Amino acid sequence: MRAICLYLHIHQPWRYRRYSIFDVTHNHNYWYEKDYYDKQNNERIFRKVAQKSYHPMLDLLERNLKRNPGFKVSLSITGIWLEQAMEWEPDLVEQLKRLVSTGQVEIVGETYYHSLAFFYDRAEFQNQVKMHSDLIAKLFGVRPKVFRNTEFAYNDELGKWADSVGYKAVLAEGWDKVLGWRSPNHVYKVAGGVNTKLLLKNYRLSDDIAFRFSDRNWKEWPLTVDKYQNWLNMDTLRGNLINLFMDFETFGENIWEDTGIFQFMEQLIYSWLNEYDNKFVTVSEAAELEQPVDEISMPETVTWADTERDLSAWLGNEMQHEAENTLYGMKDAIMSSGDADLIDDWRRLTTSDHPYYMCTKYWNDGDVHAYFSPFDSPFDAFMYFMNVVRDFEWRIQNLNQLKNHQ
Amino acid sequence: MLGWELPPHNSGGLGVACLNLARALAKDGCDIDFVVPYEAKHENITFMNVLSAMKLDPLFRYGVGAYDSKYVDNALIPDAPHEKMISIREVQHNYCDFVNDYLMEYKPDVVHAHDWLTFEAGVLAKKNYGIPLIAHVHATEYDRSGMHGGNPVVHAIEREGLMLADKIIAVSQATKDLIVRKYHIPAKKIDVVYNSLDEGFLKSAYSYDNDDYRYLEAMKALGYTIVSTVGRFTIQKGLSNLMKAAARAISKEPKLIFVFAGDGEQREELIEMSAKYGISKNVIFTGFVRGKQLRDIYEVSDIFVMSSISEPFGLTALEAAHHGDVLILTKQSGVAEVIRSCMEYDFWDVEKLADEIVAISKSPALKHTLHEGIAREYRKISWSDVAEKIISVYNEVEKHKEFS
Repeated sequence: MRAICLYLHIHQPWRYRRYSIFDVTHNHNYWYEKDYYDKQNNERIFRKVAQKSYHPMLDLLERNLKRNPGFKVSLSITGIWLEQAMEWEPDLVEQLKRLVSTGQVEIVGETYYHSLAFFYDRAEFQNQVKMHSDLIAKLFGVRPKVFRNTEFAYNDELGKWADSVGYKAVLAEGWDKVLGWRSPNHVYKVAGGVNTKLLLKNYRLSDDIAFRFSDRNWKEWPLTVDKYQNWLNMDTLRGNLINLFMDFETFGENIWEDTGIFQFMEQLIYSWLNEYDNKFVTVSEAAELEQPVDEISMPETVTWADTERDLSAWLGNEMQHEAENTLYGMKDAIMSSGDADLIDDWRRLTTSDHPYYMCTKYWNDGDVHAYFSPFDSPFDAFMYFMNVVRDFEWRIQNLNQLKNHQ
Repeated sequence: MLGWELPPHNSGGLGVACLNLARALAKDGCDIDFVVPYEAKHENITFMNVLSAMKLDPLFRYGVGAYDSKYVDNALIPDAPHEKMISIREVQHNYCDFVNDYLMEYKPDVVHAHDWLTFEAGVLAKKNYGIPLIAHVHATEYDRSGMHGGNPVVHAIEREGLMLADKIIAVSQATKDLIVRKYHIPAKKIDVVYNSLDEGFLKSAYSYDNDDYRYLEAMKALGYTIVSTVGRFTIQKGLSNLMKAAARAISKEPKLIFVFAGDGEQREELIEMSAKYGISKNVIFTGFVRGKQLRDIYEVSDIFVMSSISEPFGLTALEAAHHGDVLILTKQSGVAEVIRSCMEYDFWDVEKLADEIVAISKSPALKHTLHEGIAREYRKISWSDVAEKIISVYNEVEKHKEFS
């Protein structure tokens, strides 16, 4: 028996607009850019990605789920993606409901706001995980049993937490430096845990699709289904479970339709299932596929980003640290304000995409493609972020004054 | 090589760029005869021959009243020495005569002409002697006149030089785009070669003492942020937008001081504006500064703003970076094409400029990140890189040679 565990991550941040210091105290609209064609306009971006990726890929998945009872897929969907979908493309949510009701689709748990709260504020982290679970239960009638943290940021602490609250498994990066001679194609246990399993991304085979598929300088271009299936078969020699974990937007947005990515996927599903004893599994099924072969420890945080596989794209420079420290530093004041709008605005700012836009790792090299951002520069991203934070401070003070007045 | 000035007889960046460029080219094995229109000693220049086109005091190389007739000049300055009262067009004609005589005797592999001042002589070499012509554009008449109008005679000379040149070198992509757009030259004929920092500037001994700007030092100690700009006070530099932004920024962050270093026809207008906005106390005009006083300004400032509406390159930004300033540049300045660790804005976007000034002054983290980035970046282009690119252009045009 050989199994593919296909897992796709669906997320869009609430990008803050170019919020000027002259807006502070006057205008609390951070998320709705009036100019539709502006780079920070969330609605335009969402509709664009919906048209290029969400609609065609969900159609593809739905078609194949109906056609092949053996086809399974796991999805993680952030709360703020669902908010935006309900606002502008409610069809997508309806379609997702249909998908989940087939029983072949599993929803993976995470923070509602796609935040790095785990590393700053454990109580807030748990709150956001619960908010997410509640929303998933409300919309889809199921509660996530498997967890992934934002950007796959995993360490032993997170594993222990997931074990203590009873998750079946956690998803993480199958990074060579951690695995050593071991293969990502097995089920592992979190270090020091009781029940919780660890599912590790097979990053080579995942990235062949997610990053290299459209790269004409790649010596394997063009990637055909035959060739890829051959690689899959070879790889199962070191374990029967192949974890293909990637962003949902890989299909259609990161890799455009004209590269043939959709046809590739459609054929791959068909031809994989066509072979004897091959199957697809959801993340929960993958966790039960075999007894854990070993325990894996990651004392340092490992992510699925860059060659470093660390958090340096989010927390690498001084601006990013200042932004996050200031933001989490004001949490108590925000929460005790009791103002639901303010709390929601604050939480939207915890989304990890925001510090990512401030990344300067390759900025001097002029490698603009390495880090996509709606802002002209990481410095602009930081500047507008801090202006929003200043407005939060003003709102807290103002609320206190109002309270005292009453 | 055809130029108009070399240090110390220079009034601006053109002479400095020519000197550094020629030095780097000579180092790479080029034999250079450099023609200037005036007669003066250049004792420090040993790597090339400097040829004087005519007996002329360096001070008069731009003529007296470039565009005026003799009669007007005589009426305006009756005491001036009449034999020296020569217009720039006459200087240029004499310059062309000299170049013509020179070419009767010598046949260089290539003629490299800097800006419209020497383009006529370059065209002459191309037309009469079949020598490949490189037109090097440091600025066009459009830049000098704030994108509108300008002197039609200068435009005509620029257009002829650019049309007949075998290759054009532009100091930035912005300049290249302008040459394509305004002079209708095919883009493939133009190469972009950025300038680098003056080697004399980098090497010369400099140490900061706070004698000149004690007041600013005292204000810094009180927590003020010093924002400076350096340049001619002309429409090209966009300084009235900087003044508007200063007023807006001060309304959010009173601990700001703006230093306007330089002089020019907008000086009174700017002083009046600062009074009108009620920020005179936060705005300092130094007048024209050079040498150590200029470098002290760079040194004492935290932020350097280049507010130009159009700036072919903008070497002062690199000089300020050398002295540790963080940079705010208009997207319309050439230097912004090579520097990434800076904040940018469109020259008309006063609100964004104010935002950026306030953000840097309020956040040490932002200032520090910008500072670290620019320290790594500002010397990434060297003059030897520049020379290498230019020699490849020379090699490209050599096949155009008609006589040898």
